[in-house]
Amino acid sequence: MEQAELFSKVLKIISPFAKNQDALAKVGMDTHILDDLKVNSARLVDVVLAFEDEFGIEIADEDVDDVNTVGDAVRLIGAKLG
Amino acid sequence: MSRRVVVTGLGAIAPNGNGIGEFELALRKGRSGIRAIPKLEELGFGCRVAGVPQGVDELASATFREDELLAMNANHRFAALAAVEAWTDAGLARPAPDGSEPDWASGAVIGTGIGGMDTIGEKVVPLTDAGKVRRLGSTAVEQVMASGPSARVGGILALGNQVTTNSSACSTGAEAVQIGFERIRAGLAERMVCGGSEGASHYIWAGFDAMRVLSRIHPEAPERASRPLSASAAGFVPGSGAGALVLESLESAEARGARVYAELLAAHVNCGGQRGGGSMTAPNPAGVVRCIRGALAMAGLAGRDVDLVNGHLTATGADPREVRAWSEALERGPDAFPWITATKSMIGHALGAAGAIEAVATVLMLARRFVHPCLNAEDLHPEIAPFARAIPLEAREAPELKIAAKAAFGFGDVNSCLLFRRWDA
Repeated sequence: MEQAELFSKVLKIISPFAKNQDALAKVGMDTHILDDLKVNSARLVDVVLAFEDEFGIEIADEDVDDVNTVGDAVRLIGAKLG
Repeated sequence: MSRRVVVTGLGAIAPNGNGIGEFELALRKGRSGIRAIPKLEELGFGCRVAGVPQGVDELASATFREDELLAMNANHRFAALAAVEAWTDAGLARPAPDGSEPDWASGAVIGTGIGGMDTIGEKVVPLTDAGKVRRLGSTAVEQVMASGPSARVGGILALGNQVTTNSSACSTGAEAVQIGFERIRAGLAERMVCGGSEGASHYIWAGFDAMRVLSRIHPEAPERASRPLSASAAGFVPGSGAGALVLESLESAEARGARVYAELLAAHVNCGGQRGGGSMTAPNPAGVVRCIRGALAMAGLAGRDVDLVNGHLTATGADPREVRAWSEALERGPDAFPWITATKSMIGHALGAAGAIEAVATVLMLARRFVHPCLNAEDLHPEIAPFARAIPLEAREAPELKIAAKAAFGFGDVNSCLLFRRWDA
């Protein structure tokens, strides 16, 4: 999957949880999911479940610990997809 | 400190109408919200009908954010929709999702009887038993915790005062009003959003069906199944939904020029102690009489002052005993009895939401001066038949209404009674 397509799919999953619409409007790979998009940290587990369902992958808890930015998520999923 | 408390906002998500405009119209027209529920037949329930609010998901999608909706089961949707409606109906602005200061003077008591059984039955139990706990995600707890409905409402309205959920079975919705009333009277809050909600789930209704207290008659004509006061009453029809009232100190309401529906003169609760004929599932008649009299005493009223009774009246064998208790408490026989009606005849028994939805109906009848019909009461129970002239089979205009009573009784032998006065009376 092209990175642009992956980015777009990841963003679609994160968007409903983003409380900062301004940050969402100018989102990029370096945008921080919690600090910039203001996603409630408790909801990260729901975002991860949605990634798993969308891409048919499994994401371990320790992998999640390294996901801070949208780019981190895109790269993690890209690696899982091979 | 004992301050006057008024009702400045109403909200309703009911089986026969969502929003107070639709709900009032349904009450006036005697529109039943009882429908056939194929799932109940499929599962072999004795009862095959229920009262379920229609079109709620569409309403919720138009009212709440996508991330909020992901964590809102039916109970939350009903509660939050009714509370937001009551809040805005009171002329109060819905706060922005973030960045606004909490409203420290406003709180909420949103009760529930059973709670998020749909979430427990459809997600928590099957996923946990299948070893897939992780799949529950982050939203299971808030949907099954007892205080879920009030927590949801508190966040949406940025409430900074007491935010809690009460639970006293079928007395819950009216008891929530009592708790908010006391808090405002005592000067601890200016506004309280009070009410109750109950989800629509066969998991909630199953235990009642097993008790054989649900109506098994007229599955072919659902609107005839809920028959309070009737000789052919055969158990209650399960209902669901939510009702909410914004209670406010008179000072606060006057200071902001709020429209006032009614004054809440009294709100009294007690328990019959499961003695004297009372039990886990039946009220001690002496407790019921004392509860009604307690409310009258608090309001400084006599029984003769009451113009309308919206009873608990579930369409079980308890209806004749309830009418007898009202007669004794008000010291009024059949010839001098006030109007008595049952909202449950149209919407069924909404359990923890019943007292709240029916309190909303009561305030609407009082403020708009009408009495809604008691459906399916054409064949009155023989013990109730002498009261026939007090029971409206059709809607009545009632310009004389000044004082209305709403009572609710629940498992555990708990009772509540609210007394409202029309504001311009």
